[in-house]
Amino acid sequence: MTENTPVPVITVTNLIKQFGRFAALRGVTAEFFGGKLYAILGDNGAGKTTLLRAMAGLNQPSSGHISILGSSKFHDVCQQVGYMAHPSLLYDEMSGMENLEYFARLYGITGSTRCAEVIRAVILSVGLDPDLVRPVGQYSQGMRQRMSLARALLNDPKILLLDEPFSNVDTHSATEMVRLLARTRDQGKTLFIVTHQASLLEGAADEFVWMESGKIVGRTRELKRPESHGASAGGEVNGGNLK
Amino acid sequence: MKRVFPILGVLTAILLSYALYQALVVAPTERTMGDVQRIFYYHVPSAWTAFILFFINFGASVFYLIKRRPAADIVALVTAEVGVVFCTVVLVTGPIWARPVWGIWWTWDMRLTSTLVLWLIYVSYLFLRRFSSSGETPLLAASLAVLGALCVPFVYFSIWFFRTQHPQPVMGGGGSIDPRMLHVLLINWLAFSCFAFLVCWSRYRLEKLQRDVDHAHALESLLAPRGSVR
Amino acid sequence: MSAPAGITRVSLLKDLRLEWRSKDAINSMLFFSLLVVVVFSFSFDPSAEESRQIAGGLIWVAFLFAAVVALNQTWAREIRNQVLDAYRVSPAPANSLFMAKTLGNFIFVSVLEALMTPLFIVFYRLRALGPAWQLLLAAVLGTWALVVNGTFFAAMSLRTRSREIMLPLLLFPISIPALLAMVQSTTAILNGEGARFWIVLLVTYDLVFTTVCLILFETVLNAE
Repeated sequence: MTENTPVPVITVTNLIKQFGRFAALRGVTAEFFGGKLYAILGDNGAGKTTLLRAMAGLNQPSSGHISILGSSKFHDVCQQVGYMAHPSLLYDEMSGMENLEYFARLYGITGSTRCAEVIRAVILSVGLDPDLVRPVGQYSQGMRQRMSLARALLNDPKILLLDEPFSNVDTHSATEMVRLLARTRDQGKTLFIVTHQASLLEGAADEFVWMESGKIVGRTRELKRPESHGASAGGEVNGGNLK
Repeated sequence: MKRVFPILGVLTAILLSYALYQALVVAPTERTMGDVQRIFYYHVPSAWTAFILFFINFGASVFYLIKRRPAADIVALVTAEVGVVFCTVVLVTGPIWARPVWGIWWTWDMRLTSTLVLWLIYVSYLFLRRFSSSGETPLLAASLAVLGALCVPFVYFSIWFFRTQHPQPVMGGGGSIDPRMLHVLLINWLAFSCFAFLVCWSRYRLEKLQRDVDHAHALESLLAPRGSVR
Repeated sequence: MSAPAGITRVSLLKDLRLEWRSKDAINSMLFFSLLVVVVFSFSFDPSAEESRQIAGGLIWVAFLFAAVVALNQTWAREIRNQVLDAYRVSPAPANSLFMAKTLGNFIFVSVLEALMTPLFIVFYRLRALGPAWQLLLAAVLGTWALVVNGTFFAAMSLRTRSREIMLPLLLFPISIPALLAMVQSTTAILNGEGARFWIVLLVTYDLVFTTVCLILFETVLNAE
């Protein structure tokens, strides 16, 4: 039955990313659907960050293809994507407001009243005080990550790509943040979270995507690592597309 | 292809020997400078060959920027390397020639100076290739090559004007040139071009092989134990 | 104001504001420029007649060194905290960023030159015997030539190991024609001659390289 077959928001086809002799991604193929929170897990060097950056248009594949929101060029849909990483992606010497004003301009949010409204709303939604005038460099790590999330939410994106958003954040702030992210998922956004701390996402994630040595080795609903598939020749162990 | 290369190699060796014979024996002795002048038959063709190679580098780089074909990138790399070698020959034969004739090691002669700047530009290109930590080194290198090539006319113009304001000893071929000397010059140029072509081809094959090996290494997948072999 | 120009303006203002707030960078650069002039004065005796004839060259080499130190800082702020990624994922065009950075560098290096020039004039007792307006024109054009290539290569160096040494390594060879033009025009004007050829060369050089850098910048920025 073709009626109501959901269209994937991101399709990755045989993605290879090579840095000289080292391949960070060795042929990743997957489909991801809207309104879900995907947790991308794996050890160091598994290729999680490279995959996320490829989806964010930050690196060019050596070969293979990514289609995001129906487009093969990231720049065409960048208004609908938000990106966040472990570093704050903010200027330390400016306050939160000033940072967001600048990035709002980059996203074409003009008009001082509209701009101020949007910024206020987004800062409040991450649970921070909009009247904070201290420069971002003086924030605690938890506050800084929240401000970074606010920046990623400025353009009200359909897709959020987050790379290690909980690293070095105290457990309380991290759980708060997970709750926040789950809420944005409930509002219909699609989230991709790369993290080492899988346990934080146990209740919130719709699907766990396991990566190893540059490939996806399994996709599970529960936080349970698929068996190490070792030396199976050809093909990848894929839990199938869970809808 | 496997048979053509040795045949061309032999032909080039013959051509080079013939050109050498022409330069050292057949060409008339220059009136003022004597036999030292014969280095001219190495100095000038090397400069021309380098120039052609750098021009090909420019073409290959532009092609790569537009079409992103890996073969174009390899051509760019190869022509830059061999071009730098020929440039070095020019910069070495220059002083060897200048010293006995004018008593100085270096003259700010237009060709010599321009070649020096060209050499600097393409050596910096090779440095960029060596030091790049990006996964898109060919793109960076191609961009630099375009800028470097566009710089060349400015190099020649600025040094030309500078030299007309501050005249210096001119090395060889200032005015009209004896047709017999021109003949020898062209033979040497042909020989050098063939040699350059062979070296480039050989280097191209080597580089292509290296890249194929790297690619296979990198994709060594599930059949290998976890992680890549580095 | 068109969108890309607006973004250039916003980015430039942001940079100027940040530069102003972290005044240590400005102060250390200003002091460095002063040091360069003093060191040159000790190395090339100002009282010797020959030195006054090569003053044009001395000034521009001094400017070049100061510019390289300033240019190496260009992208430092964007690399800290990976802010550059935030710009790259946004719809803002890469060219606007390049123009903003180049203009910012131009302002910054001009300030340094404005500080160093009176010192040179005083130490070397220089007087412009030729048309002084040409001197200003040559200075503006020459500075732009350095800065436009410098900003471009500074961005390129981000993708290399040994970032700080790669910038001068890439910048110097390609800047040689411009450097020659700057030095020759300055020397000519100080000695009472015109510098029309060199100024025309600089104008052409600036046009060509600004255009090509603008075309290629997006490629370089995204070459990860």
